[in-house]
Amino acid sequence: MTDPVLATDGVTKRFGALAACDGVSLELRPGEIHAVIGPNGAGKSTLIQLICGGLAPDAGRVTFRGRDVTASNTQARARAGLGRTFQVSALAMEDTVLQNAVLGALGARGGAFRVWRPALRDPALRDRAMAALERVGLADVAAVRTAELSHGQRRQLEVAVALTLEPHAFVMDEPMAGMGPEGSARMTRFLDGLRGQAPILLVEHDMDAVFALADRLSVLVYGRVIATGSLAEVRADPAVREAYLGEDA
Amino acid sequence: MSREGWINALLLAGVAGVPLWAWAVDEPFTITLATRAAILALAGVGLNIALGLGGLVSLGHAAFFGIGGYAMGILASHAQAYDPIMEAPILIQGTKSMPVIWLVAVAAAALAALVIGALSLRTSGVYFIMITLAFGQMFYFFAISWPAYGGEDGLSIYVRNGFPGLNTLDPIQFFGLCFALLLLALLFSARLAKAPFGLALNAARQVPTRVATVGLSPFRLRLVAFVMSGAITGLAGALFADLNRFVSPTMFSWQTSGEIIVFVILGGVARTCGPVAGAALFVALEHVLGDLSDYWHIYLGLILLAVVLFARGGIVGTLAGRGRAHD
Ligand SMILES: Nc1ncnc2c1ncn2[C@@H]1O[C@H](COP(=O)(O)OP(=O)(O)OP(=O)(O)O)[C@@H](O)[C@H]1O
Ligand SMILES: [Mg+2]
Repeated sequence: MTDPVLATDGVTKRFGALAACDGVSLELRPGEIHAVIGPNGAGKSTLIQLICGGLAPDAGRVTFRGRDVTASNTQARARAGLGRTFQVSALAMEDTVLQNAVLGALGARGGAFRVWRPALRDPALRDRAMAALERVGLADVAAVRTAELSHGQRRQLEVAVALTLEPHAFVMDEPMAGMGPEGSARMTRFLDGLRGQAPILLVEHDMDAVFALADRLSVLVYGRVIATGSLAEVRADPAVREAYLGEDA
Repeated sequence: MSREGWINALLLAGVAGVPLWAWAVDEPFTITLATRAAILALAGVGLNIALGLGGLVSLGHAAFFGIGGYAMGILASHAQAYDPIMEAPILIQGTKSMPVIWLVAVAAAALAALVIGALSLRTSGVYFIMITLAFGQMFYFFAISWPAYGGEDGLSIYVRNGFPGLNTLDPIQFFGLCFALLLLALLFSARLAKAPFGLALNAARQVPTRVATVGLSPFRLRLVAFVMSGAITGLAGALFADLNRFVSPTMFSWQTSGEIIVFVILGGVARTCGPVAGAALFVALEHVLGDLSDYWHIYLGLILLAVVLFARGGIVGTLAGRGRAHD
């Protein structure tokens, strides 16, 4: 078996008495989309924070590309090649779409300490940013203020910024959240093609998307992984049927 | 040219035109007022990098303004007394040369900003305001209690410092020098805002998590911005001391910090020429209303209130409308 690109090993995070993540171990392998599903408050976003460095675990380890990154901060993990998207869009709303994408391109370049040449006139930055915007279908609105984008477009921009980083793994928190059926379908097709570029750890509530995309699936309930495996394996798992998918699964 | 571009051009033409007119009709006092406005604007341009671009509300910029002032005062007072600053281990003499004084002022203010920034940028919001205020006050009380350089009374410099090829005692020439430095600082801050650094800093003000998620450090961006900001305000401090030929602890007072913030807010936060408009209005009010009443700050307060309540973009922002999106 090939080594996983990204792995958590028993990561735990407590908020007071609540264990939002409780000994979570999972792996993201090259070329796969690994979906993480679970009811509201199961600890999915907390898990992503632990993976990306926004929170430090109380126990457990995170390894990325063979290195223990548990002690690294968010910036260091991003530079190591982790591309994250947020459940609630985290974009510079006063800036244009292009400026947000250029920010990603600056991150990819590894520094922003240039003070003289305009960022948007730097062909290398601009090309990288525009290429990412084109891929998600936002090239037409590159000059629009981000605050003026529709909700769905903001979700696309989240993904575009991650693309500019050309990461070694994507970690996406509900990229289709609130997108509507058409937008979800388009995003699903897009992510399907993306797994060839880098594997995706995909947290998603949209079951159509999960069933269409996931090579493997982990089910998180009350901070614990109750099942992990292929779609068929997880569907057949009695604990999952009871706790999450319901009778009709 | 954009609407804001025209407003900026008009504004700068005004700041340069008034003293030229005053020079033609031989009104040296008006030239001095314009010089004061240009220097205070320069201090505001410095603060605007931290406050406008970086969203860092520093109530301690008087520290950098005062450091610039004392850099000038210390160097020039030793030079005028023919008394070296130190003899061992190496001999360091005072100087009356502006370029050297500026260099020392900028370096000292930058160093102080590095230390103050490294400590205070670990906090944010109200705590950041309070910590920067506390640092400013530390410098203030230090200056008061430092008898070697005048303590509470400050330091007088008898003759304005020199600049190669110019007669700095001539008000219009000194104005020209200050105005040229202001233009340079404006050019720098305008370029900075659009450069990668400005883009990232501006994003770090809005969504620091996003900036970290693309692999950039919001802390480092802010720290560098704070250092640049302090350095420019320090340069303004050196010029201000040279204008008055006098330095005193007042330059370090928290009121000074507050006034620099007022220039930025009156003129328009994050607008390149905002501090120019703010400082010019401040000096004009101080002069016109100050003649009428000792309590002219009341009127300043009312104007500030009006800006904050009804014209959030300040003078430049209100005249230019919302800009900056399409570039
Ligand atoms: N910073 C925090 N402080 C205290 N409790 C928190 C914090 N963040 C999350 N929690 C709690 O931890 C639990 C897990 O939250 P989390 O956001 O990870 O869930 P989720 O699976 O992403 O849910 P959703 O599907 O609604 O996005 C919730 O009960 C939440 O209230
Ligand atoms: Mg969540």
